[in-house]
This record gives sequence, structure tokens and C-alpha cells, in this order.
Amino acid sequence: MVSHNHTHTAVRPKGLSDKKKTALAGYLFISPFFLLFAVFGVFPMLFSFYLAFQKWNGFGEMTFVGFKNFSLIFTDPLFWKSIYNTIIIGLLGTGPQLIAALILAVALNSAIVKFKSVFRVAYFVPNVTSIVAVAIVFTVLFSEQEAGLVNATLNLFGISPVSWQTSEWGAKIAIATMIFWRWVGYNSIIFLAGLQSIPKDLYEAAEIDGAKKWQQFLFITVPMLKPIIVFVVFTATIGSLQIFAEPLIFGSGFREESMTIVLYLWREAFTNNAFGTASATAVSLFLLIIVFTTINFFASNRLDKSGK
Amino acid sequence: MATLRKKGLVNKVTIHILLIIGALLSVFPLYWMFVMATQPNHVINKLPPAVVPGDKLVENFQNVLENIDFFGAMWNSFVVASLTTLGVLFFSSLAGFAFAKLQFKGREKLFTVILITMMIPPQLGLIPQYFIITKLGWLNDLKAIIVPGLMNAFGIFWMRQYIKDAIPDELIEAAKIDGCSIFRVYWNIVVPSILPAFATLGILTFMFVWNDFLWPLTVLRDESSYTIQIAIRALQDAYVKDYGMILSGTFWATLPLIVVFLIFNKLFISSLTQGSVKQ
Repeated sequence: MVSHNHTHTAVRPKGLSDKKKTALAGYLFISPFFLLFAVFGVFPMLFSFYLAFQKWNGFGEMTFVGFKNFSLIFTDPLFWKSIYNTIIIGLLGTGPQLIAALILAVALNSAIVKFKSVFRVAYFVPNVTSIVAVAIVFTVLFSEQEAGLVNATLNLFGISPVSWQTSEWGAKIAIATMIFWRWVGYNSIIFLAGLQSIPKDLYEAAEIDGAKKWQQFLFITVPMLKPIIVFVVFTATIGSLQIFAEPLIFGSGFREESMTIVLYLWREAFTNNAFGTASATAVSLFLLIIVFTTINFFASNRLDKSGK
Repeated sequence: MATLRKKGLVNKVTIHILLIIGALLSVFPLYWMFVMATQPNHVINKLPPAVVPGDKLVENFQNVLENIDFFGAMWNSFVVASLTTLGVLFFSSLAGFAFAKLQFKGREKLFTVILITMMIPPQLGLIPQYFIITKLGWLNDLKAIIVPGLMNAFGIFWMRQYIKDAIPDELIEAAKIDGCSIFRVYWNIVVPSILPAFATLGILTFMFVWNDFLWPLTVLRDESSYTIQIAIRALQDAYVKDYGMILSGTFWATLPLIVVFLIFNKLFISSLTQGSVKQ
């Protein structure tokens, strides 16, 4: 085998074969990504792990401190508060949102709806708006004043004004509402695309068998949409863990009731100049994302099995 | 029969009411942003709240111009988003072409590496990235946004999938036999046949860079380098809050993208959602 190969290459006439040229071009064409990735991807990632074990203010010497950064953040109540807040805001902002998105998608998908494209544009436009703009607008909508639009509206129903920016639940609900508003239309259009790919004859067959609309929804629509639902939940989970701009702008800074993990990380690094504990936070966030992704993964697998 | 038709009509009305309420709630905050952009500051404490435009449209915007370099920041955002987009389109299609059509050792493994990098949360490397930018002397320099922004794993993935299906292998082989260099094959054959993929990836990238906040906030500390997101955040962060002015800045900063979206809404919606559905 080997000798055969050897004689084969020896017969080759030209210096640089066609095959080699192609391979060379291939490496050349993919090299920009890998060069950039080495400098701005791999190195920073590894260095984050290194920094997590150092004490460093960004200017002076680094000193190795072992696991001290981790014990510092793990004994900081605010760190745990930030994880708690992130999870609560994430659940409040995505749970109801995905249900609403699914309902909107089903409604949009029904054959009798007129002006579908107008609705699609209206639902999608919040997603084109930047998070900064959304957070600023919602800061004013959810003003603590009695005259704030949300408080004034609640007043019509006899609900007394809420301190949206400084109360434990007020801040969370307001931030979750921003997330809800910015993503519900986006996700409903993703669901809509999924709905449109479900074969119509499934519903026709169910109709003949006498299945009610809600039964069709539960036993045809939801199972057929499962891959998309799983995907949307995955991205929503990871997105929720990375919430940063909304609480920073909404609470005008680093308030305890709206402190999220990334906000905690950013504050440690760029206002406290504690780059060691900030890196320990980054590593913890990374691990947290892995944990949540794994939970999601197993949950969707189980769903798969029970569905069959 | 009559009751069935009546039931159908009730259904139709309910669905439409639901959809209309949803659409109004969806559009209202944007409309209201415009309303506040035309009102004097004290209106914010007035009951009942204002829901129709006032007469301070021009005045509020003049105040914005006094407080931030609005047009400078818009220009910065435009430069950063355009250059990043152009670069991403070029490098992603080149690499996507290599992964889809060129044979080389380790191709599949390297592609897997690219897929894995898509799962790394960007915050993990944030702090070292900041110090790299500092070391390079790129703090307060738009390069700090553009150059790392060219590293786009999703773009390569997207382009590879598209090129794989869109261009027959025979076409490439034929061109090579005709003596075309491989870059010529890319430029003359691949590029013209993947324009839809360019449109999709272009919109995705432009929107992402235009709206990005965390990274620009970290590396653009000097006012002259602010992108529009950082500039309106600075407006809101000021000590004395004039909400007419703040929302005026926010409104005018948001308007251009919304107008472009309304004009090309089909392309935008399909681009921004396709990326996720096709995976």
C-alpha cells in the first residue's frame, strides 16, 4: 500500500499539484477567522481563567491568590442576589412571553386573518429598536411618579402607584416587560414559520376524527413545533443569563433589586477595578450557562421520550 | 348551518381583536417615544399623561444637539456598522466557500471548532479583551469595535450552508480546468450567486453592530468615539434629567433604522428570523 502510494506521487509531473493549490487556498481563506479568534477569542478566554486566580487592579502587579476571588464572590450576598435576580427576570421575561408568542402565532396563522403582513410588521418592529432605546422609553413609561403612564393606567383600575425603579418586584417586572415587549413578536414570527410547515392534512384528519380545536393544538401543533420551541427556549435561556443593558439603564446604575450577573461582573471590573473577582464572576457565569444548557438539553430529551 | 356561520364570525372577530390589541401594544411605546420627544419636560409629571404630540419637537432636538454630538455619534455608528458588515461578508463568504467546496486536510474538524466557538458566551473574555484593546492603543478608537467584530463564526456557518447548496461542484471544477485561479472562482462564480445570503447576513450583522451596547460601552470612553447607543445612554445618564430632550435623542436615533425596516420589512423579517429557523 505504502510503496504503491509512493510511486504514484513520484510520477506526478508539476511542482505544486492542483490538489495542493486547492488545499493552500482553503487554509488561506479560513485563516482570517482563526487569526482573529486566537487574539480576540482563545487568548482572552484562557486569560479569564488565569485572572480568576489573581488579585489585580488593572495597573500594578498581579498576585496569585488561589481560590480567594471565588470565596470572595461566593460570600458576597450581592453576587447571589444577582444570580437570583437574573433567573427571576429571565423567567418573568421569557415564560409568559413564549406563551403569548405562541398564541399570537396561532392567531396569525389562521386562514381568516386579513392584513397579515401589516400585523407581522407591527409585531416585529420592537425587535429592530435598540435595547438602549427600549430601556430609556420604559424608564419613562414605568416612572415612579403617580403620573407615569403605567402607574396612571393602573390607577384607572384602582391600583395604587408602584415604585417601579426602587422596589424589589417593581424593578423586575418592569425589566421583564421590556424583554417581553422586544422579543414577543420576533418569537411569534419564528413560531409562525414553524406552524406553516405543519402539513394541513394532519388537521383535516383530526377534524374528521372529531378532534376539537384545542385538542388539535395540544396534540398536533405543540408536538410538531417541538424542535422550534426547544430552540427558542435554548436561546432565550442563554440570552436571559446575559441581561445587562436593561437593568443598567433602567435602574440608573447598579441597584440591588435589578443587579444581574453580567452587571455585577461589569461593576467589579470597570467601577471597582477588581479584575480578579470580575474574572471569577465571568468564569462562574460560564459554568452557569453550561449548567442551564445541560438542564435544557436533558429536559428536551425527556420530553422527546415521553412524547413517543 | 346558520349557527355554525355565526360561530365562525365570532371566531373571526375575536382573533382580529386579539391581533389588533397585540399590534397596538407593540407599536405604542414607539409612538409614545415620539409623543414625549415633542413635549416639554414638566409634562412627565402631569396627570392625565400626554398621549398626543406637543409643540417642542424642534426645541427638544436642539437641546439634544447642545448636550451630545448627535450627528458625530450617528456617523460613528454608521462607519462601525458598515465596515464591520462589509468585512464580515467578505471573510465569511471566503471561509464559507473554503469549507463548502475546497478539499483540505482537517476541514471538518476545523469547521466543528468554528461551531463550538459559537457557544462561548462573549462575556467570558470581556476583561482580557479590554486589556488587549488597551495594549493595542485602540481605546476610544472605532477599530476596537470593527476588528474583533470581523470574527463571526455564525457568518461562516451561514455562508457554508448556502454555498454548499447554491453552487454545483461541476461549475467550480469546470472553471478550474479553464485555468481560473481559486480566488477568481470565488470572485467570479461564488460571489454573484450568493447575493441573497449576503443580504441576510448583511442585515443581521449591521443590526447587531448598530444596536450593540456592552462592548462599545467598555472600550469607547471618549465622547468623540461614542456610537449612537452610548451617546443616548450618556444623555439619559446626565445629572439633570430633561425627559423631553432624552426621548427626543432616543427617537431620532431610532427613527432611521425603523424607516429602513419599514421599507424593506419582508427582507428584514426573513433575515432576522431565518438564521434561527434554519439551524
